[in-house]
Amino acid sequence: MQTEGNLSTLIVLVQNRPGVLFKIAGLVRRRRFNIESLTVSHTEDPNISRFTIFVRGEKEIVKRMSKQLYRIVEVVKVSDPSSQDIVARELALIKVATVKPKSRLDISLITRHFRARVVNIHPEYVIIEITGNEGKIDAFCQNMRKYGIIEFVRTGRTALFK
Amino acid sequence: MILTGAEILCESLLKEGAEVIFGYPGGAIMPVYDALLKYPKLRHILVRHEQGAAHAAQGYARATGKPGVCLVTSGPGATNLVTGLADAMMDSTPIICISGQVASFLIGNDAFQEADVVGITTMITKHNYLILHPNEVALVVKEAFHLAATGRPGPIMIDITKDAQSNLSDFKYPTDINLPGYKPTVKGNPYQIQKAAHLINQSRQPLILAGHGIIISAAEKELAHLAKKANIPVATTLLGISCIEQNNSCYVGLLGMHGNLGPNKCTNEADVLIALGVRFDDRVTGRLSGYAPQAKIIHVDIDPAELSKNVKADIPIVGDIKYILTQMIPLIKKSCHDEWFSQFAKYYQIEFDKVISTETNPTKGQIKMGEVIKTLSDQTKGKALIIADVGQNQMITARYYHFKKLDRFITTGGLGTMGFALPAAMGAKIGRPQDEVWAIMGDGGFQMSMQQMATIEEEKINIKIIILNNNYLGMVRQWQHLFFNHQYSEVFLKNPDFIRLAEGFRIPAEKVKERENIISAIKRARRHKGPYLIEFEVETEANVFPIMPSGAAVDEMRLE
Repeated sequence: MQTEGNLSTLIVLVQNRPGVLFKIAGLVRRRRFNIESLTVSHTEDPNISRFTIFVRGEKEIVKRMSKQLYRIVEVVKVSDPSSQDIVARELALIKVATVKPKSRLDISLITRHFRARVVNIHPEYVIIEITGNEGKIDAFCQNMRKYGIIEFVRTGRTALFK
Repeated sequence: MILTGAEILCESLLKEGAEVIFGYPGGAIMPVYDALLKYPKLRHILVRHEQGAAHAAQGYARATGKPGVCLVTSGPGATNLVTGLADAMMDSTPIICISGQVASFLIGNDAFQEADVVGITTMITKHNYLILHPNEVALVVKEAFHLAATGRPGPIMIDITKDAQSNLSDFKYPTDINLPGYKPTVKGNPYQIQKAAHLINQSRQPLILAGHGIIISAAEKELAHLAKKANIPVATTLLGISCIEQNNSCYVGLLGMHGNLGPNKCTNEADVLIALGVRFDDRVTGRLSGYAPQAKIIHVDIDPAELSKNVKADIPIVGDIKYILTQMIPLIKKSCHDEWFSQFAKYYQIEFDKVISTETNPTKGQIKMGEVIKTLSDQTKGKALIIADVGQNQMITARYYHFKKLDRFITTGGLGTMGFALPAAMGAKIGRPQDEVWAIMGDGGFQMSMQQMATIEEEKINIKIIILNNNYLGMVRQWQHLFFNHQYSEVFLKNPDFIRLAEGFRIPAEKVKERENIISAIKRARRHKGPYLIEFEVETEANVFPIMPSGAAVDEMRLE
């Protein structure tokens, strides 16, 4: 179980049939589970899709959620691995204003420090791509705030077993 | 073999052993109704409202253990099923509901009688399907029957577009299904079973809580065997009623809000609770913080999500109860708990003096509901198949019908649907034609499904109907009396003349106002070959006791 202030990662493999996302979303809503993020993608097997659910709650609640998930007929496997057992990443794109004097230089230094990349440059802003765990992305945003974050998006956690 | 989707549907239903369909036609299901003419082996019962089709299928399923089938049209036909699906979901009842859907090219266009059936029913079905092509029909039906009846049973919805019904496809019934995520655990973990047996062997005051799971798993014999061998008292939940004969010396009564005093009080005196196929509903546990504080809890259920959902299980066992008990019984030592049993007897005596004697054997005043049910129980020797609705009529039936045969009680437990009993009794009688079937209803519930009287008469379904008429929505009135300062709000019912109503449906009926006519009316109903209705004019403002008020613990039951 991955615990970062009561946060856990559930990796859910499902049969790739229409309506599964709807069912999982319905379960989360009905049982009032508190989710931080949910990502869906294809897998190496075209018949199977993969949900990564980043969920907030006590161990018991996460356990209950995984049991409820098994009630969905298409759900093939639910794992709640510990943080040592997975590699977890998030991707964020951040549009930061560069109108203040000297800001462009500062931003590029910080970006390099975080091993992020500038992927688009505009006279008034840059777009930066960053991957990492939630803490790293949060810290990067913290540093960008004073320049002015114009737009911000993050994918939510996705993870693989080690 | 090239067939239409509708024909494939009929063929597949026959392959799965379906005999009866409860249904109602309409525009988007017409190809199936046309095909039905070619399949006389599929008996169609024309209900008078789709909700009744779902309840009738439930009654059939609960009576036979086989999935019940209903067939309706799109839009309103399908939405009318919703209550029945939710009821079947709550009470783990295998039903297959098939609804027509507008043609696939119209879906999403707000077509005439279009409703998003899969969207609407997702949360109240075990699984659901939308069929767009006739080549999907056979596999879906096969999967649906498998899903409905195995594991924890439940309702399956199949929505099939009109073009999928009328287009052609090659029909070959599949031999395999592809459900990699669906593998219910049947065999319990042997280590857990051993641990449970060890705990039972050491217990001094064990109590078995027997639920609907016993009946679903057909583990009645194993339950009785376990109880006898280790000399353990058995209390049942509402849906567990008749999973053990009530004249079995181990049977100690009914759990729950209006259950018996002994099992409820003793829950908090027991040192081990053996919960078999129960889900610790709030109507059984009362206030959770005051529930079984000193007991170790063994919880056996086929649905892992039930274990430690409401009450933390010390020894959870996932699997089929019949299998698990068969494994467990050889590990159980013979034991004697006479002193513990005498505790139940003591509470029974208190309850008998305070409640039961006056309820079942009054000498003056208006007719009491309890005496009607007691008389019915005596007259039918506790062998009838009883279908109860919801409310006071249900609690009184559960309390005072003395079930001496196994699997004789069907009611709406989890959802508590008014109007359930009449259509469910139809389905139950069709499923078990040899059994004497009685539907017990209140005056309110009867009016929610009385249109099915037309079906009952048309099909000559030989059920006996009792209306316990107190001119009130009795249970709501009771709560307003006890917990809302005796202020009655919208609970009085100015009722129609039920006897003339029944006559209008061409079903013989009589009204009983006097105590001395109870027996003769029941006798006349039993002698009559065909459906028969008796309206009992009962005490108007009677309350069901004991009661565990909401928020109270199991040992805080009120006797008055």
